This record gives sequence, structure tokens and C-alpha cells, in this order.
Amino acid sequence: MSLLDLSISELGRGLRAREFSSVELAEEALKRAESLDGKLGAFLRTTRELALEQARTADRRLAGEVDPPALCGIPIGHKDVLCTKGVETTSGSRILEGFRPPYDATVVARLARDGAVVVGKMNCDEFAMGSSNENSAFQPTVNPWDSERVPGGSSGGSAAAVAARLAVATLGTDTGGSVRLPASFCGVVGVKPSYGRVSRYGVIAFASSLDQVGPLAKTVEDAQLVLSSIAGADRRDSTTSPAPVGDLARALHEGVRGLRLGIPREYLEAGLEDGVREVFEGACRWLEAEGAELVEVSLPSTQYALAAYYVIAPAEVSSNLARMDGIRFGPGEPQAPSLLAAYELARNRGFGPEVRRRVALGTFVLSSGYYDAYYLRAQKVRTMVAQDFSRVFEKVDALISPTAPTPAFRLGERTQDPLAMYATDALTLPANLAGISGLSVPAGFTSGLPVGVQVLGPYLGEAMCLRVGAVVERAADVWRRVPAGFDG
Amino acid sequence: MVGADREDGAGGLDLALVAHLSRLARLGLTDAEMAAILPQLRAILAAVDRLQEADVSGVDPTAQVGGLYDVMRDDQVEPGLSADEALANAPSREAGLLRVPAIQ
Repeated sequence: MSLLDLSISELGRGLRAREFSSVELAEEALKRAESLDGKLGAFLRTTRELALEQARTADRRLAGEVDPPALCGIPIGHKDVLCTKGVETTSGSRILEGFRPPYDATVVARLARDGAVVVGKMNCDEFAMGSSNENSAFQPTVNPWDSERVPGGSSGGSAAAVAARLAVATLGTDTGGSVRLPASFCGVVGVKPSYGRVSRYGVIAFASSLDQVGPLAKTVEDAQLVLSSIAGADRRDSTTSPAPVGDLARALHEGVRGLRLGIPREYLEAGLEDGVREVFEGACRWLEAEGAELVEVSLPSTQYALAAYYVIAPAEVSSNLARMDGIRFGPGEPQAPSLLAAYELARNRGFGPEVRRRVALGTFVLSSGYYDAYYLRAQKVRTMVAQDFSRVFEKVDALISPTAPTPAFRLGERTQDPLAMYATDALTLPANLAGISGLSVPAGFTSGLPVGVQVLGPYLGEAMCLRVGAVVERAADVWRRVPAGFDG
Repeated sequence: MVGADREDGAGGLDLALVAHLSRLARLGLTDAEMAAILPQLRAILAAVDRLQEADVSGVDPTAQVGGLYDVMRDDQVEPGLSADEALANAPSREAGLLRVPAIQ
């Protein structure tokens, strides 16, 4: 038993009752990370000095403030695409090795405001492009439930660290499923907020019209506490919604009685493994028993969503990654014989295979002569995908499905076949195209591997996702299970 | 027009076009890297060619969701980074400026 096994509210009670201090809690997290992460690879770096400084501040707040924030003194980790002032931030890429951002991302600043304690930067696929964490330029992360399997990606380090109890909660980013997929593979909760619900200021961009920051945590309530801290308008990100976030905590206890939940027929069709189907059907029975009405719905444009995503996302990549020129940050090639050679050398040495593929693909689909056939058409399909969701949300309160067609796959299984890797996200990426809210919650296991259920809610429907997720979590009753080797 | 040449489902992508893309995107791919990436890009393009089957007639494109446009703020001066802070990560600088190899 470790303190890191406890939920945020349990830890908060212990901190307030002086059973342990925030410094002791941070020490425990750091000690676990330093001794156990060698077999996991979830951290790109721990931030011991920063953590202890923040923990001392948290202890003063806990002693002095009448009502300190729920996250005060809680050890967390940040995916390495989030800028942390003065702390190396690489996005999992060689081209940013040594980059120390001069400012904090808004989400980082908000968690610091609420007293959270940063214990490290989490490994991820390079620039968040991937579904397995194998595209990190520095190290693969393995799945804490089976070291021969991937943790999912791209926020694989963030998910694995929470599952292995090396951090209480973490932030990830979700562009096509990069929070929900690793949450499902590692047996933790992951939330993809609606586009604009959370600020992207200081988030190293992958695909700007799809990216959202979201929490990974052991419980739905923990995820809600982190989401409530980071959500809301930010004048530094003009795409954030001005709509108030509201009281998300209330949703946790509302239950599903009287709700209509849709099951998208298309999400149960191709390639769904039997074990995943069984866990999902179990969750459906629980929701019905709790008073929800389940109805089959159709999202007919799903068949084109993957193709649209793999045009739109690479197009935005090719544009966003133009700034990675080796001139303003990263090691660069200052001794190159010409400016052009400096760019080409820095980018050739700095970018891994998947990033090169997507930059090339994005450059292609945006080129004169191809734009209409690929990019413009993909944007029209994007409209159709969004309209599918709008139509079904007139009839149902939320959608439920498996988060992924399979549990965690083996390391190396999909690295040689980009298309097989891309298909991993088939059930998650439509939500990014449409900008709606989503969540993955652990619902059970198949052959010892966790299986997540995805809940999709309307635009700004995070409360609905949490509401349904909390019911699945209570019925599944698996969140206290700790992977072997990380217990005690 | 090359764009019309999509008969193989891969947009007519060949080595010459990959070399062109590599130059445009400053990827600096070697001959061996181009040979390796070509079949991968062709396979991806063949897969995304599924888009051509969708009936998009009368459908408007979506560039961004959320419905916000012309988001304005007051024109107020706020503190920003100093030149030193802004340049601190540059691998080569001189006298408060970025130093780069000559354009040739």
C-alpha cells in the first residue's frame, strides 16, 4: 500500500488531518518514480527540486488557508508537450532537446495556482503523433499491466504513471484519442474535453483545430477535480469558449436514471475483439440496471472519419512544425554551410519517421493541384461527421462504445505498418473532428489487460460524460487494482 | 494537371514528387530515406482515398469547431519576455540577435 494508491479526496483528507504532509507525499511519489520507472519509462524527467519547493508551499497553504483547493499538495505529472517554465520540454522529439520554455502553459499555471505539485514530465509519442508511445525519440513506455505491451499513445507516459501509482494524476493531450486510448490500455480514466473547453496556450501544437488538453487519473472524481482546475476561458487562447464551466462535481452523483444512451452501430462493427465486446456489454447491462435507456444509433459518416483525420491532422502538422527550424530553439545546426542546409540538417536529424511521414503527407495534401481532392474534401467530410453527432444528440444524452477495438497490443506489433497504427484510433478520432466531449473509464479486464468504455457527450457536455462515467466506474469496481510489481 | 492523376489511389506520388515535398518541407531526406518513405506515403494515400466515395455535394467545409470568430480583446500593453528570455533557447546568437548561416 502506497499513499499514491489513494484518490485525491482521500489524500486531501489525510493532508488536512496532518496524517502526512505534502512534502512527504511528494517524496513518496518521487521515490516511486526514481525506483520503479526504470521498468516503465513513463517519465522523461523527474522534477525533484521543483516538486519539493511546490510541496513546501502547499504545506504552508494547507496549514494557513481556511479552504485550500482540492488539488493543494497533490503530486501530478505533465505530458512533455506542455510548456513548463525553466523545465526542459521536448515533445518527445530530438529537435527540441534542451528546450527550456520561458513561460508556463495556461494549464500548468492553473494547476500550480491550485497547489498541485509537479513531479515530472511524461513521455509521449514525438509531437504527440502516435498510438503506442513507440514514436518517442527517447524511450518507449511499456504497459504497467504487461511489460511486453504498449501503454497506448500518445499520452502513454501520462497514463502509465497514473496506473503504476507514480503520480496521482497527469495531464495529456488528445488530438485523435491520445488521452482516451492510453487511459483504456492502462486502466485509468481519461477525459477529452470539448474543443475550446481548455486552453491550448503553451501546448506545443500538433493539429491546432483538434488538440485538447485533458486529465488522466485513477477515478472519475479525480479527473473531474483536475478538469475543473484547468477548464475555462483563457484570454491567451482565443479559441477557448466563453461559456462558464459550471459545477462539474455535481455530475458525479446524479446517476443515469432516465438518461437515453446511444450505442453507435458503426463503432461495434470492424475488428472488435471478443474480450472487449464482453466488457462493453457488461457495462451496458450495468447502465440499464441503473435506469438508463439504451438505444442503437447510427453515425453513417464514421466510415470516412479516419481518412478525413489523416488528411486534416497531417496538413496542420506540416504547417505547425514549420517553426521547428533549429534557429530559435533546439540544438540546431548553426555550423551548416547555408541557411537551407541548416534547416534541412536540423529537421532531418531532429524528426523521427512518423513525424517525417506526416509532414510530407501534410505538405502533399495542401499542395496546389491536390488541395481540392484531399484537404477541402476532408474538411467537408469533417462537417458530415459533426452533423452525425448533432443529429444523434437530439435523441440521446450521450453515446457509449468501447474506447478501442482491442486491449493493449504488443510492442513492435504495429510499428512497421502506419495504417494499422492509425486504425487504433478509429473509435476516438471522430469526436476530435466534431469537437465534442469524451471520456474513457475502466470497465473491466480481458486476459489481464484493462478495457475502457468510451462515453461521448455533446459539445461542452463534459458533465454528462462524467455522470455516465461515474456509474460505469462504480459498477466495474476495479479502480483500486494495482498492476503487479507496482503494488506496495 | 497532376492533381487529376489519382487513378492509382495514391495521387500519382512518385520519387520525384517525394523529393519535391522533401525540399518544400525542408525535410532533407536522403535518397534511401525517400525510397523508404514512398511506399508508406502511397499506402496512406490509397487508404485516405476513401474520401472520394463520400457524397459531399452541398456540404460546407469545417476548418474549426466551436463557432467563435473575430475574438477581440482590449488593446492594452502587457509585460512580455525580454530579448534575452526570448533568445535564451537559440543555439546561436550574437548581440541580442539570432545568428544564422548565410543564405546562398
